[in-house]
Amino acid sequence: MSAPLYGLVLAGGRSSRMGQDKAALRVGGRSQLEHAMALLAPHVARAFVSVRADQRADPLRAGFEQIEDSREDLGPIAGIIAAQQRFPESAWLVLACDLPLLDAATLAFLVRERAPEKLATAFRSSHDALPEPLCAVWEPASRAAVAAYVARGKSCPRKFLIGADVHLIDEPNPRALDNANTPEEYAEAMNTRGAAASAATRRLTVQYFALLREQAGRGTESLVTAARTPRELYAELARRYPFTLDPAVLRVAINSEFGDWSAPLAEGDAVVFIPPVAGG
Amino acid sequence: MDAANTSTSAPFRFVREPIDVEALRATLADPACGGYAAFEGWVRDHNEGQRVRHLEYEAYEALAVREAVRIVGEAVARFGVAHAACAHRVGDLAVGELAVWVGVSAPHRDEAFRACRYIIDEIKHRLPIWKKEHYVNGDSGWVNCERCAAAPHEHEHSHG
Repeated sequence: MSAPLYGLVLAGGRSSRMGQDKAALRVGGRSQLEHAMALLAPHVARAFVSVRADQRADPLRAGFEQIEDSREDLGPIAGIIAAQQRFPESAWLVLACDLPLLDAATLAFLVRERAPEKLATAFRSSHDALPEPLCAVWEPASRAAVAAYVARGKSCPRKFLIGADVHLIDEPNPRALDNANTPEEYAEAMNTRGAAASAATRRLTVQYFALLREQAGRGTESLVTAARTPRELYAELARRYPFTLDPAVLRVAINSEFGDWSAPLAEGDAVVFIPPVAGG
Repeated sequence: MDAANTSTSAPFRFVREPIDVEALRATLADPACGGYAAFEGWVRDHNEGQRVRHLEYEAYEALAVREAVRIVGEAVARFGVAHAACAHRVGDLAVGELAVWVGVSAPHRDEAFRACRYIIDEIKHRLPIWKKEHYVNGDSGWVNCERCAAAPHEHEHSHG
């Protein structure tokens, strides 16, 4: 039986390189903090924002349940420790508040791939292949190990995960965890979001099964595509992967229902191409 | 997931451990029923001239569960049976293991047999479930997929 999942958005940083509070920066018409809390909500029983003592009354943070850092000098791991102390029986879906490209499909994938028997489940960075500690599930079993790690004078959550028994998974969308620490990085991220949202393209999730999964070399991915229909999408994917199945033998599903090859695809749709079945 | 193997009366479930037939059968018990029919699909040691060592089942569970619930509902409506249920394994299975189970209870045997037959036939054709066979000679292949690049075909790999 896995532990209940609670959510924690880390919004206690100093934002020194950004020059302004990162949690308040706008993304998709709301603050980054609100964006992160909204992404968490479908997956967790309760969601909290991690704050420093002097941030408790901040209007942006006051609207959420808060967990206050007990250590001022440790950085993000302080928020994780405080959450684990307050609810030691819970697992924590921890998110940094400065992930403007994080999408619902990536988070759903993390939760689906969660391995409760490990200390944590985390993405392997698409940039350096190291674990991403601030979009990860931290299990209750990690609490003692984190405490011991900090007691040894260490505080880097990424290095903790490198040395721990962690389930590492690949990012379905390689840009989802790009963080924005400077005004330039934030502007670049906003451009990427704008491109994804423009009318000419849409962001889709594609899940692969059986032979298609093996040929794609992955179970799922999130992609931005100009394909307007499943037919166009399969043609695009068949150029990228060594698919042997002719579309004539496949069926298509959109958002977990059988669909039509010429149905218009919408932003956020989840598409599955169904190889010839062999149940029973 | 496997708690569902024994406790609930959901019309369909995927199971990662051996299917508990007695528990599933008990969910169909009804004093108004005089007939119970069941089908068990077992892992066979050969297919198309190849000797099979073990199998792997994979499913698109979100869609498969919806479709299976529809199939069971169709059987109940069409044949007027009292209760029907189905369980399908996913993961690795050895030769001889139970891969799929269908059970139906009804006032009389005829509709129980017919509904049971309907459910297993529809399950095999409509559910997004895939089977990878691992052969004694070391080869492996996804059933119904390895040759359909050339042309679609309606090949039936039935159990038993």
